[in-house]
Amino acid sequence: MRVTGTLDPAERRGITLVTGVIGSDTHIVGNRILSMALEEAGYAIVALGALTPADEFVKAAIETAADGIMVSSLYGQGELDCRGFRDLCVEAGLDDILLYVGGNLVVGKTPWEVAEKRFLDMGFDRAFPPGTRTREVVEALDRDFAAHARGGRTPDS
Amino acid sequence: MSGDARAALLIDFGSTYTKLRAVDLERAEIVGAGQGPSTVATDVAVGMEAALADLETRIGGLPDFAHRLATSSAAGGLRMVTVGLVKELTAEAARIAALGAGARLVGAYAYRLTAGDVAEIEALDPDILLLAGGTDGGNDEVIRHNAGRLAACGIVCPVVVAGNREATDGISERLASAGKTAVPAGNVMPEFNVLDIEPARAAIRRIFIDRIVHAKGIDRAAEAFDAVLMPTPEAVMEGARLLADGAGGRDGLGPLLVVDIGGATTDVHSVATGEPTVEGAIQRGLPEPYVKRTVEGDLGMRHNALSIVEAAGPDALARDAGLSGDRLREIVAAVAGDVERLPRTDEERAVDRALARAATRIAVGRHAGRTETVYTAMGPAIAQHGKDLTGLAAVVGTGGALVHDGDPAGILAEARADPDDPESLRPRAPRLYLDREYLLYACGLLATVEPEAALTLGLSHMHPVAGEERRNVRSRVAG
Repeated sequence: MRVTGTLDPAERRGITLVTGVIGSDTHIVGNRILSMALEEAGYAIVALGALTPADEFVKAAIETAADGIMVSSLYGQGELDCRGFRDLCVEAGLDDILLYVGGNLVVGKTPWEVAEKRFLDMGFDRAFPPGTRTREVVEALDRDFAAHARGGRTPDS
Repeated sequence: MSGDARAALLIDFGSTYTKLRAVDLERAEIVGAGQGPSTVATDVAVGMEAALADLETRIGGLPDFAHRLATSSAAGGLRMVTVGLVKELTAEAARIAALGAGARLVGAYAYRLTAGDVAEIEALDPDILLLAGGTDGGNDEVIRHNAGRLAACGIVCPVVVAGNREATDGISERLASAGKTAVPAGNVMPEFNVLDIEPARAAIRRIFIDRIVHAKGIDRAAEAFDAVLMPTPEAVMEGARLLADGAGGRDGLGPLLVVDIGGATTDVHSVATGEPTVEGAIQRGLPEPYVKRTVEGDLGMRHNALSIVEAAGPDALARDAGLSGDRLREIVAAVAGDVERLPRTDEERAVDRALARAATRIAVGRHAGRTETVYTAMGPAIAQHGKDLTGLAAVVGTGGALVHDGDPAGILAEARADPDDPESLRPRAPRLYLDREYLLYACGLLATVEPEAALTLGLSHMHPVAGEERRNVRSRVAG
């Protein structure tokens, strides 16, 4: 099924995304699958891997002039690790960078909508629940970058 | 030596002395050494003549040398400034490239250069500036900004442009149109976390040979040598590489560490991949160069004797020297003010040994990587920063402090792993060797033309020294 706003691989080629697993989190598999899928879709990927402190995402994004950062958190402490992430980006001059977060972001019985809102309030543009398909992420990225090209960072969801 | 044997002359134009080593290439043995003052401030040829006369007296006539190769650390060494973008990324890659080229790093800058930074760089007046920033396809705005600042400032040195390749041509043109010499080279970090320092190193060496040798006045002695090939620290590093890797199908000593304790700095070179040996350790940070050089600017036996005391702690150092704290301070102050002084009394020898032991321990501690235990929900995990040197086969010591001491093994043993500091990845059980004849630089030079003879020379002249565990009181020092 084709989604409106979907970019073709040639359009994705000039877009750089930083990926990694934040904090003291060694769960690399999902993040690696995501990185491979994004690369296959045509995006340029800078993969930082597991155990990545928040400031390393930002430093990598500066050096590579990245357009977006994809933060994974699987071990239940994502909310703590991700606090202040947008502020760190703004501080480093990356005001417009697109920020996604995904993984096991819900702890206990909190409904997804509540957890999602927490991450959006922190300044992430999108948050993804467990079980998200890589295709959905690619489609969201396409929509957001297409919207950005039209002059706005805010996602159209 | 007989008149018809092939021989090589290896010259080191040092900061204090011009040193010569004559090598018989057939037997791969040293036949003699000579020394003269370093007269680079007036006419380097005068000191060179004195050194040759000294050598001639010692070996009874000078042969017709097949090679006459030189290194130089005279006139302040190869003074470099590096500029990059993120401090831990391209700015660090630029630093590694400059150190790997044998430079003396006098300034290192990251992010956008400010007017104040540029004024500092002008005052530093480096011999070469290395400008990096951005991966290929990454950030190009900051390196362009920095190039603009440099183009508009008063520096006259060549600028090696080794950043985001999309910016290189434009930057080189801009610098050239401002009357600067721009030398484009490959990006020191073409992709995120990929180091590629060889092109920048080659560009630095080319500039050193073509321009710096002349600018420092070393070519005044041009009749006495064929070529000045590299800065002395790079020759030591090439000597270390040869000793470790071997040449012409002959094995070397295997992965090793060289500790060079000097009057102003302590240099450490490692020739090893440094990959994790701790099971499950995850490597963090920049990839490590196979041949890595670090320079500790605060650890020197004379110019920086006081800062060794500071780094090691005066009490621990006094205990190691077997002196009172007051007596230690008096002696250190005396030797620090007299940079060419050799120890004269037993007390001074004890202080020198304690200084050398502390310099070795701290410098190797900083050079070697560390592990860190990270506690995760799944249990503890090990992260490794820097090189794992635990399995190294050998530690080679060079420099006057070791050669003049009666117990060089007691100093070199400080390079070993410390059971009290298990997270430091220093060599566990290396064999210890002493470069007693100061030949490492000569091996590095000779390796450029006759690597097999250079290897034989190096292997036969690195003297094994017995490791000695004679200390009961271990001073605890933060690396």
